Amino acid sequence: MSKFLKLSGALCLIAAPAFSEGYGLGRAALPEEIAAWDLDVSPDGTGLPPGSGDVLTGEEVFADQCAACHGDFAEGVDNWPKLAGGWDTLADDDPLKTVGSYWPHLSTTWDYVNRSMPFGAAQTLEPDDVYAIVAYILYSNDLVDEDFVLSDENLASFEMPNADGFIVDDRKETEFSQWVGEPCMTDCKDTVEVTMRALVLDVTPQEEGTVTQAVAEPEAAPEEVVEVADLDPALVEQGEKVFRKCKACHQIGEGAKNRTGPILTGIVGSPAGAVEGFRYSKPLMAMADAGLVWDEASLNAFLAKPKTFMKGTKMSFAGLRKEEDLAAIHAYLASFAQ
Amino acid sequence: MSENFKTSRRGFLRGAAASTALVAGASQADTPDPLITEVQDWASGLGEGVDATPYGLPIEFESDVIRRNVEWLTADTISSINFTPIHALDGTITPQGCAFERHHSGAIELSKQDYRLMINGLVDTPLIFSYADLERFPRENHVYFCECAANTGMEWAGAQLNGAQFTHGMIHNMEYTGVPLRTILEEAGLGAAGDLADKWVYVEGADASSNGRSIPMEKALDDVLVAFKANGEALRKEHGYPVRLVVPGWEGNMWVKWLRRVEVTDGPVESREETSKYTDTLADGTSRKWTWAMDAKSVVTSPSPQAPITHGSGPLVISGLAWSGRGAVTRVDVSKDGGKTWETARLAKPGEKMALTRFYLDTDWNGEEMFLQSRAMDETGYVQPTKAQLREVRGLNSIYHNNCIQTWWVRPDGEAENVEVS
Repeated sequence: MSKFLKLSGALCLIAAPAFSEGYGLGRAALPEEIAAWDLDVSPDGTGLPPGSGDVLTGEEVFADQCAACHGDFAEGVDNWPKLAGGWDTLADDDPLKTVGSYWPHLSTTWDYVNRSMPFGAAQTLEPDDVYAIVAYILYSNDLVDEDFVLSDENLASFEMPNADGFIVDDRKETEFSQWVGEPCMTDCKDTVEVTMRALVLDVTPQEEGTVTQAVAEPEAAPEEVVEVADLDPALVEQGEKVFRKCKACHQIGEGAKNRTGPILTGIVGSPAGAVEGFRYSKPLMAMADAGLVWDEASLNAFLAKPKTFMKGTKMSFAGLRKEEDLAAIHAYLASFAQ
Repeated sequence: MSENFKTSRRGFLRGAAASTALVAGASQADTPDPLITEVQDWASGLGEGVDATPYGLPIEFESDVIRRNVEWLTADTISSINFTPIHALDGTITPQGCAFERHHSGAIELSKQDYRLMINGLVDTPLIFSYADLERFPRENHVYFCECAANTGMEWAGAQLNGAQFTHGMIHNMEYTGVPLRTILEEAGLGAAGDLADKWVYVEGADASSNGRSIPMEKALDDVLVAFKANGEALRKEHGYPVRLVVPGWEGNMWVKWLRRVEVTDGPVESREETSKYTDTLADGTSRKWTWAMDAKSVVTSPSPQAPITHGSGPLVISGLAWSGRGAVTRVDVSKDGGKTWETARLAKPGEKMALTRFYLDTDWNGEEMFLQSRAMDETGYVQPTKAQLREVRGLNSIYHNNCIQTWWVRPDGEAENVEVS
């Protein structure tokens, strides 16, 4: 202790007397800093900021911010989490765990939406929007009526259906007592028969398939580059890396399908809202009707700040900050002609 | 004696194929091996200079020893998991470059300069540390395994994925360098927390998911480490560079990456990751929470579906990994007949607490069908259960904490398959 005090004694004494036992490292956290990071919310409501939101507002915000992945009615799109439904399924063969059927505390939903959602644009929601979204999720679970208003006043007292559905780890009592001691070494059973085989199920990723896929994409690209003469191959390659950010929702190239976002093959130079079978947001269709074409300028503007360029877009993506990323993604997208 | 050493691997294989009944001693080569009789390029020309590879990757011949993911498991690859190629590794230390990754909002890039660690809540003085500050506390080295609670989770309802990488690869084992969390908490002062017996810490990361978890104070003050090096070098981005939490023996989700905040609280936060996820639903629909420790478990890594026997009859090394989140592995038994009879395997080294243990069964294989299993025991006396035993207590819907005995069905041709047996 004394050695360290000598090294940094002055700092210690100024910072806080509590350092007398420590190393005098670090500095005192400022209240503004703690307020910026200490956002977690406990079941008793500790940590909730003042505010409120109603179901109908929540429906709108949810449609804008959440529905691209979670569906308009919180029913989930593709493999993305379902947030509603699943009542009385927890003891079934295939339980459906949603906010309504499983989550024990409402504080958890508020906390998670506030800090970690929307996916790709976390911590961009205002408290009132979070209250509204959570109110709508409750509504979509038939837990409140459409005139319900959620606020910091009533959140902690809201009882979730599965609040009593949890027990503290009891493995020591229920399992350890059975599974101890000297195990059997010989004549442990009479017969051994195969009761289930993984190969019959056939869900293991196939190595050949993976390799072909990885090779196929770059091969496909150069062919099409020929049509769009002046693309820099290095930039296209760089763009392929940037495109990883888009891959969660968009597919491009041969065999691409509409997923959470539309197919992007041939997007450069084509009119907005033109991919068949994809349900675009209202704001996008309005801009498409007004004649929006995805050229380099409009794509750059959209991808730099999606929500500024197109207020209300379904695309929950924060945007590309670097100029070089924008140039690269444009080159990559342009390398996939129709 | 000298004849034995002349037999090349290729010659040996040819010989083994020619005579199925191999007698003691090495086989005979039919013709001289050109790899020996002819001067090879590498024995005549020159290799790469010392400036060719400032930081090395494995040689191209090992390009199949990589992390793999299972696409259908998750909605996308950003909030997803991949698997360590345990079938192709030996020893116990997992190289960082192929150690499994699990992210909830992608692997972020956070520099040491931009790194801050906040200690707040029920402490005497809330503090902020820079990365450089952390390197000035006395530090320790420990080897620990990190296992995702969902490892083997796809196998609850039946044998599903065909490979040890996929069934058991959500695990890695590294030597960590870091500062005990206790040291850092004491630096902020725990006087304000009063009685520590019922206090908790809430830990969170700097990424968008934050992935916060609540940890009882007793564990936080026991062996939890604020780590910044793994296997001697900086953590990889995908493992939380520059700083992650190490929570020995407990489920990987608690090993918060990009650690940015530790808050002393008077109760658990009940965050998403400790309520809606990482809780284990039982057959009657109730769910266990706070199932933090990883129970004793083992798996034969070779032979296994991705590592079939390719050398024919004769000496065979059966090898695998064993571990326990409740202490050291003391013994591993191996069965070749699906659990009728068991032999005790050789541990490469005495088991270490909360670290992987390598076991070997050096045996002779004559092309017979095998149902290979391994069964770990730890210092508490716990014996790794069968899948049937687990299901009897928990049903099929627990998702997490499946530490059942695994069976590989090895055929006369050396191929292996993930199966369940009666």
